[in-house]
Amino acid sequence: MKLLWRIALLIFVAAAVVPALARAADPSGDEIVKRSLETFYYAGNDMRAKVRMKLINPQGKVRERDMTMLRINLGKSGDQRYYIYFHNPADVRGTSFLVWKYPAREDDRWIFVPTLRLVKRIAADDKRSSFVGSDFTYEDVSGRDLEDEVHVLVRKEDVGGRPTYVVESRPKSAADYSRRLSWIDSERWLPLKEEYLDARNEPFRTFTADKVEQAGKYWTVTARSMKNLQSGHRTEVVYQEVGYDVGLKQDIFTERYLRDAPSQWVR
Amino acid sequence: MIGAISWSVRAAASMAAASLALGWSSAAAAQGISWGGFAQSHVAWRTNQVACPSGTACEFPAAELRGQIKAEGKNSSGNAAFAGRFDLVRDVVLDDTSLETRELFGDLISEKATARLGRQVITWGVGDLLFINDTFPRDWVAMFTGQPMQYLKLGSDALKLNAYPAPVNLELVIAGFRPDNTPTRQRFVLADPLPAGLPRRTEEPGNSPNELEISGRVSGYLDNWELAGYASRTHYHSPAARVTASDIVFFYPRLNTVGASLTGPVGKGVLSLEAGYYDSTQDRDGRDPSIENSQFRGLIGYSQQLWEDATLGLQLYGEWMRDYAAYRENLPAGFPEKDQVRRVATVRFIQFFAHQTVTFNFFAFLGLSEEDRYVIPSLRYAFSDNLWAEVGANLFGGTRNGMFGSMQDNSNIYFTVRYAF
Repeated sequence: MKLLWRIALLIFVAAAVVPALARAADPSGDEIVKRSLETFYYAGNDMRAKVRMKLINPQGKVRERDMTMLRINLGKSGDQRYYIYFHNPADVRGTSFLVWKYPAREDDRWIFVPTLRLVKRIAADDKRSSFVGSDFTYEDVSGRDLEDEVHVLVRKEDVGGRPTYVVESRPKSAADYSRRLSWIDSERWLPLKEEYLDARNEPFRTFTADKVEQAGKYWTVTARSMKNLQSGHRTEVVYQEVGYDVGLKQDIFTERYLRDAPSQWVR
Repeated sequence: MIGAISWSVRAAASMAAASLALGWSSAAAAQGISWGGFAQSHVAWRTNQVACPSGTACEFPAAELRGQIKAEGKNSSGNAAFAGRFDLVRDVVLDDTSLETRELFGDLISEKATARLGRQVITWGVGDLLFINDTFPRDWVAMFTGQPMQYLKLGSDALKLNAYPAPVNLELVIAGFRPDNTPTRQRFVLADPLPAGLPRRTEEPGNSPNELEISGRVSGYLDNWELAGYASRTHYHSPAARVTASDIVFFYPRLNTVGASLTGPVGKGVLSLEAGYYDSTQDRDGRDPSIENSQFRGLIGYSQQLWEDATLGLQLYGEWMRDYAAYRENLPAGFPEKDQVRRVATVRFIQFFAHQTVTFNFFAFLGLSEEDRYVIPSLRYAFSDNLWAEVGANLFGGTRNGMFGSMQDNSNIYFTVRYAF
């Protein structure tokens, strides 16, 4: 009888412990999001891409922005610099942006207005502002801080045949969303889908990675879109000529090249 | 004579730039020349009921059609480039058609230095529509009639040299004199305190070596703060008037400036500081009433994002006249007396709507010492990437002795539509 009790106890303990062990093999929400941010925004020491953005209003009218985007990572601090040059539309051709991005404080941003040959520092404390009128925010383009949100792994799920971790992130301070669900590829660590939910728990903004390709050593989301479900406005972005570790130098990310685009990289 | 020299030097500079441009255009073909431009219509309608003198465009101070063609190219190695922007303007108000070279220059580029020769727009300093160390020519007529921002500055016919010895940037500009485009009675109703009946003529500085304009700038970063130092050997770009027994001569007195600027992040916004000293070399003791006295000029500005797609910018600006007692003693009767310190505040508020297709912009100069104002609200809608239209106003008010108040018969509402390609 004692033996039977012991066996029963063993089975009970095993039933409780084994799944717990299996769960322990999964990384935490923080770890998943950290790795995803590193993969999505920090791949390589530097990056160059041609970016084509289509802004599509609910009536289907399309506006286009063609850019060259350069990025460099400055060591392990997490500091990054971005250079964005506009090729189109015609009226803003030659306009360029410079962003010095810091993980723990506000970015520094400059704009160059070619018709006046004017370099202007722009006040930028709201990372949730729209990037050039698109559905993407500055934060969506250049990355967010891990510590801005609390991340919890909620489940695992396949998306388009890829295994993903589904992570729920809640902003620590008031934001335009109450929580965000991310489907993060558990092997390549790229976000394949994101849903922003409002206070009524309704999704109002969705991100999808429409195409994922390998560029050199790095898996890259080369086509992505952001839809505003409330307004019906959406933005589709295609990355072309993506190159990592191309040899960008830090001095490209200064006023000199803001005024005169570095022709080796901006074509 | 001076005019002829000036013209010939300018023509030579333009020719040099053009030949550089043409010489390089075949090389640039490897990279391709990018073409662009726009067609634009612009009308300004006077809002005040004033009795305009004959010869002043009364109802519409501005009405024009403008077409711009621009071309840019670079050779395949990226060490030579050119750019040109040409405007064909049909001015309905003055019944005039003209071809303007807005910019035409050639570039030589190396890792450590660049040279740019030809007509080029140069903008310095950290002020918003307030210029201290930027003494390059401006177009006040374009500003007061609501032309798009890019027409605020005129190109300089210049050689610009840049060198980049880390950690600083050096810029040297050697330019021929080009005056500001200042308001005239063709379009504006202006008080004229000068005696009537005398013949008037204008003397412009020429291009002899001792009359060239030389400006330099040193800039660098200190962490994420930008510092710059400036010096210019230049002229006033708005004319002074000297009345003799037989005529009135408008001329551009010599001016030297030296100054500095600083800009960086403070709190959640951007702080800008700029200061300069205007050394009026032809009136060092301040006793010549026809020439501006030497001045200290300074500004402090702060801009911050208020909420999504909305930015507020504030500036305080001051001009301190150095020899105020001498100025007051020598001021001719009938001229309004200026304050020793002219203080101006500015406000800019920008809000974008509808995915930045709608832009509301409000700018105001508020004369704190002269008790006048100049308010510029505007609303722009982009129908597409190529087509936009803007309606706005230039509203002057306050005491007539003030710089802005003196323009108050010229308040206008303007409308611009542009198709870019």
